[in-house]
Amino acid sequence: MKLFEFEAKEIIKNYGFEIPQSILIKKGDDIEKKIRESKMEPPFAVKAQVLVAGRGKSGGIKIVKTVEDAVKTAQTLFETPIKGIKPSFILIEKAIPHDKELYVGIVIDRSLRKPVVLASKFGGVDIEEIARNNPESIIRYPIDTFIGLRNYEARIIGKSIGVTGKALGSFEKFLTTLYKAFIEYDAELAESNPLAYLQDKVIPLDLRITIDDNSLFRHEDYAKTEEERLGENTEYEIKAHELDLAFVELDGDIGVLGNGAGLTMTTMDLIYEYGGKPANFLDMGGGAEAEHVKTCVKFLLDYPKAKKIFINMFGGITRADEVAKGVVMALNESSNKKPIVIRLTGTNEEQGKEILKQAGIEAFNDPIEAVKVVVGK
Amino acid sequence: MGILVDKNTKVIVQGITGNEGSFHTKLMLDYGTKVVAGVTPGKGGMKVHNVPVYDTVSEAVKEHPDANTSIIFVPAKFAADAVYESVDAGLKLVVVITEHIPVHDSLEFINYAKSKGVNVIGPNCPGAITPGESKVGIMPANVFMPGPVGIASRSGTLTYEVSYALTRAGIGQSTVVGIGGDPVIGLTFTEVMEYYEKDNQTKALIIVGEIGGDAEERAAKMVEEKGFTKPVIAFIAGRTAPEGKRMGHAGAIIMLGSGTYKDKVEKLESAGIKVAKTPFELPKLVSDALKGK
Repeated sequence: MKLFEFEAKEIIKNYGFEIPQSILIKKGDDIEKKIRESKMEPPFAVKAQVLVAGRGKSGGIKIVKTVEDAVKTAQTLFETPIKGIKPSFILIEKAIPHDKELYVGIVIDRSLRKPVVLASKFGGVDIEEIARNNPESIIRYPIDTFIGLRNYEARIIGKSIGVTGKALGSFEKFLTTLYKAFIEYDAELAESNPLAYLQDKVIPLDLRITIDDNSLFRHEDYAKTEEERLGENTEYEIKAHELDLAFVELDGDIGVLGNGAGLTMTTMDLIYEYGGKPANFLDMGGGAEAEHVKTCVKFLLDYPKAKKIFINMFGGITRADEVAKGVVMALNESSNKKPIVIRLTGTNEEQGKEILKQAGIEAFNDPIEAVKVVVGK
Repeated sequence: MGILVDKNTKVIVQGITGNEGSFHTKLMLDYGTKVVAGVTPGKGGMKVHNVPVYDTVSEAVKEHPDANTSIIFVPAKFAADAVYESVDAGLKLVVVITEHIPVHDSLEFINYAKSKGVNVIGPNCPGAITPGESKVGIMPANVFMPGPVGIASRSGTLTYEVSYALTRAGIGQSTVVGIGGDPVIGLTFTEVMEYYEKDNQTKALIIVGEIGGDAEERAAKMVEEKGFTKPVIAFIAGRTAPEGKRMGHAGAIIMLGSGTYKDKVEKLESAGIKVAKTPFELPKLVSDALKGK
């Protein structure tokens, strides 16, 4: 779960790290009154609170010199979709004049099985872009999970990206604070980009924290707000999320349903290999029962991008008869009709095929034969 | 023979009284796996499919000192604790079936187990099977048969699909290991490959990977740098998966531009590893490899 900038900054602030003064605006607030009450002086950075990447490039951040401009800009930003999403919150923050921008992030290195600090003196652009243009500038510093990030390590990292003098102490405090947040919030990612480098201190101008979804039972306050954060998803991905389906929207026209993530991805690949284009990824998971299969099939029947449907099912834990029952139930309950091709094999295959046969569907054994039929070859 | 699990494997099932735990205990017993004990806190004294249940792993080990392996069906919230418990009780292999374990938990228990010389398979995996000897996992037994091909896979269902395709073609398997679909897992491809390298039964190896992470790239690097005496063939799922979206498995996501299908295939091929375009090409490729073609 991605946290909004203002939420991530709140965490760092509560840990005692100084962040720029700011106010959070909701739609309908009296913006001018709020700014006056805060006694903040311009210039301000007016920032749309959205979770999509590339917010700055898409016009979601404006620097203004007067309170009047801040009000006008905030009102405009509420109505400006950024990659299709209109913000629900705007952060008005004291603008910090600075010359240098750094990049600092913490992620999990899968092969080392450790958190690793990534840092670069070329902040302000995506880490992907830094990796393309200045790969040698990126410092990778793995952290021992049993010991955590030591202060001296934070100083080594700071020095290695050119932070010196009084600012080094501030960098040390910032990075150890960020690491604390990374651990305590079960983060997949904690990142400041840009981190402003001033004469005597560093200031996180932007801050991103992504909480591991599997750990949300330890972060219930955020878990409750899940619905507010579906911003980066498409309409049908949000619907799928509400139904608890593992669905990803794609650009083709063949609806795909498989059991197991690997098999479902492979099914997409097979369709592609034989000249078709998948309209989605939808994994019914392991051990799906008829009711769940029905939900999945109905979802694809209603999903307009899918002009036909391909179900690829290999019975192991999942039983073919349960899948067949679910398919027939969906077809009976839905008024939408689409061509359906089914490959059914494995546990209880015979019963499953019989159920489908009675509903007028001939299931395939061989996935390649089935794919050829669905792509029309 | 085979690797990690064999006829000498004596299993303790953690979470044996739950639906999944009890169901798969039955299937493992049916297969001939030596399940010696189960553990569920508060349910000590019960029996599940005639397997005695204990409150703690250390009690189970005390009563069954030959136990050497644990399989975990405990819910995600409590799974980390279950791993520590079996590591501290002295078991040498821990198979974590549970899905949705927080990645920070996995980081810590995997590092802890490693420091104690314990192997972890998973989390979020189907387990391991040495056909004809022992099944420590949830895979459908009927798709496997004993033979010369090792399979290591990040995906469950795809493992069954590949094994079934081999079995139908008359090619059996030495040991099939589902290493798990999470971003951070215990044994990765490179580590299981070291076991396969030493196993006399294994004459060829299939790697079933997917997009995300760099486990396949590291396997390629290992083959290139250290060498691997047996032919390796790979299949990678997710050629058509878009960037930045999680494809079902927590680990199957292309992030920060790394973990793409293209990168993986390039690295594997440059290490001399053949990459099948579909899983159904694997029987032919592996049979050619076994014949030295």
